[in-house]
Amino acid sequence: MIKDRSERIQLIKVRLRTFPWWMAGIALIAILTVVVILTEESYQDAFLFIKAGLSITISTTVISFLIALALGLVTGLGRISNNTFFRNLATLYVEIVRGIPMLVLIFFIAFVGVPGVVDGLNALVTRLSGSGLPGFGSSLFVLENDAVPMRTRAIVALSVTYGAFLAEIFRAGIQSIGRGQMEAARSQGMSYRQAMRYIILPQAIRNVLPALGNDFISMLKDSSLVSVLAVRDITQIARLYAGRSFEFREAYLTLAVLYLTMTVCLSFIMKIIERRIQKNEQR
Amino acid sequence: MNSVEPMLVLQDVKKHFTGVEALDGVSLTVKKGQVIVIIGPSGSGKSTLLRCVNQLEEKTGGEIWIDGERLTSNPRQLDRIRSQIGMVFQHFNLYPHLSVLENITLAQRIVKKLPKSEAEANAMAQLKRVGIPEKADCAPAQLSGGQQQRVAIARALAMNPKLLLFDEPTSALDPEMIKEVLEVMLALARTGITMIVVTHEMGFARAAADEVVFMDKGQIVEKARPQDFFDHPTQERTRLFLSQILDR
Repeated sequence: MIKDRSERIQLIKVRLRTFPWWMAGIALIAILTVVVILTEESYQDAFLFIKAGLSITISTTVISFLIALALGLVTGLGRISNNTFFRNLATLYVEIVRGIPMLVLIFFIAFVGVPGVVDGLNALVTRLSGSGLPGFGSSLFVLENDAVPMRTRAIVALSVTYGAFLAEIFRAGIQSIGRGQMEAARSQGMSYRQAMRYIILPQAIRNVLPALGNDFISMLKDSSLVSVLAVRDITQIARLYAGRSFEFREAYLTLAVLYLTMTVCLSFIMKIIERRIQKNEQR
Repeated sequence: MNSVEPMLVLQDVKKHFTGVEALDGVSLTVKKGQVIVIIGPSGSGKSTLLRCVNQLEEKTGGEIWIDGERLTSNPRQLDRIRSQIGMVFQHFNLYPHLSVLENITLAQRIVKKLPKSEAEANAMAQLKRVGIPEKADCAPAQLSGGQQQRVAIARALAMNPKLLLFDEPTSALDPEMIKEVLEVMLALARTGITMIVVTHEMGFARAAADEVVFMDKGQIVEKARPQDFFDHPTQERTRLFLSQILDR
C-alpha cells in the first residue's frame, strides 16, 4: 500500500516534468486575449477591424505556397540534374534568392521584376502584332503595368522566394533516398523519369513533409511582409487601425495573438500528420 | 548448355574511376544457359564487372554484346536492354513504400506495359517459386532479410529476364538465412536460365556453377569448371586466395 503510493507520487512527478507547460502558456495567452476581446470594447473594435484581413493573409499564403511547391519541386529536380544547363540555372536561382533579404526581394520583385516581365511581354506582343502573323492581331492588348494588382505582385514575390527554399528541401529529400533505390529501378528498365516518379519522389516527399509543414508556417508569418506593398492583410490592417486610432497596444496585441493562434494550430496539425505517417511506416 | 550462342560477350571492358582502374580490360563470354560464378578478393572489380553488364556503371572502354546486340550509350536502348536483365542486389533494394506484390508488379506495368491482372498473376507465380506467396500483401520491412532477398529474386524473375545478375546476394544476410536464398538460386540455376553470380559462397559455386571466374586487381586471373578450379587451380594468385578463404 505504501509502495503503491510512492509509485503514484513518482508517476505524478514524471508527468509534471514532461508536461508541455509551454503549450499551456500559449493557451493561457490565447484565452486571456479572448476574454479581453470579449470584455473590453477597445480590444473588440480592434479585433473586428483587423480580422477583415484574415482571408487575404490566408489566401495569399495558400496560393503562394502551392505555386512555391511546384516551383520548388522543378528547381529541386534541376539542382540534382545531370544536365549542366538546368543544374546551373536552378542553382543560380536558389543562390540569388538565398543571398537577398526577403523584404528587399519583395520590393524588387514587385517594383522591378514584375514590371520588367510585363514590359517584356508587351514588347513581344507589339512585335508579333506588327509582324502581321495570323492570330496575333487586335485580339491581343498591351497590358498596363498599373493593371497588375499589388496582391498579385505579392504572391509572385512570396512564391519566387519560397520556391528557392522549398527546392532545397526537395533536393535534400531526394538525396536522402539511398542510391540503391534508383539503381534497382533503373536495373528493371525504368527511365530516370519513371524511377523519380514511382520510386524516389514518393519516398522523398514522405520524408520532407515535416519540413514542408515548417516552411508553410514560416510562410504564413512572412506573408506579413506583403503589408509593405499595401496589400490589406492582417498586418497592414492592424497598422492602419493603429495609425488611425493610436491604440497601438490593442492593435498589435490582437495582431500578434492572431498569428500565434494560427501558427500553433498549424504546428499541432503537423504533429498529428507526422505521427500518422510514422505509424504507417511501422505497419 | 548445348547451345553455343553467347548470351553475353565482354570485350576488353574497362572501367576507370578517378585514380583506380577498377576493370582493366576484361573479356568474357557467357553462353546461353550458363551459370557463371565470379569470386575474388574485395576491390578486385567483380561487382564493377557485374554492374557494367547492365551499365549501372558506365564502362570507360571496350564493347559489350547482350544476346547479339551491341550496347551503345543510347538511353532508350539501355532501358530496353536493362528490362531484359534481372539484377539482385546485396542489400535487396526493395521499394519500401510499396507492398511485396507492388514491388513485383510495378516494372511489369510501367516498363512492359502489362495489364494489372496479368502482372499480378505473374507476380504471384514468382512468389510461389521463391516460396513465400503468403507475403504478397506485406510491406518489405515486415519480412526477414532472407524473405526480402527472395522477393527481390521474384521481382527480377517477373520481368522474364534473359540474364540474371546476382551481386553478393547473401553477403548482407544473417547466417541462418543464407541457406534459404541459396536454395532458391540453386533451383533457378537448374532451370537453365543464364546467371552471373558474384559471391563468397564456395559451396554454391561448386554446386551450381558451370564455370568459376577468379578476378583480382580488375582482371580475370583464372576461369575454369568448378572441380578443376577448386581442386587444381593453375594460377598462383588463385591458390593463395583459395587457401586464405578455405582455411577459415
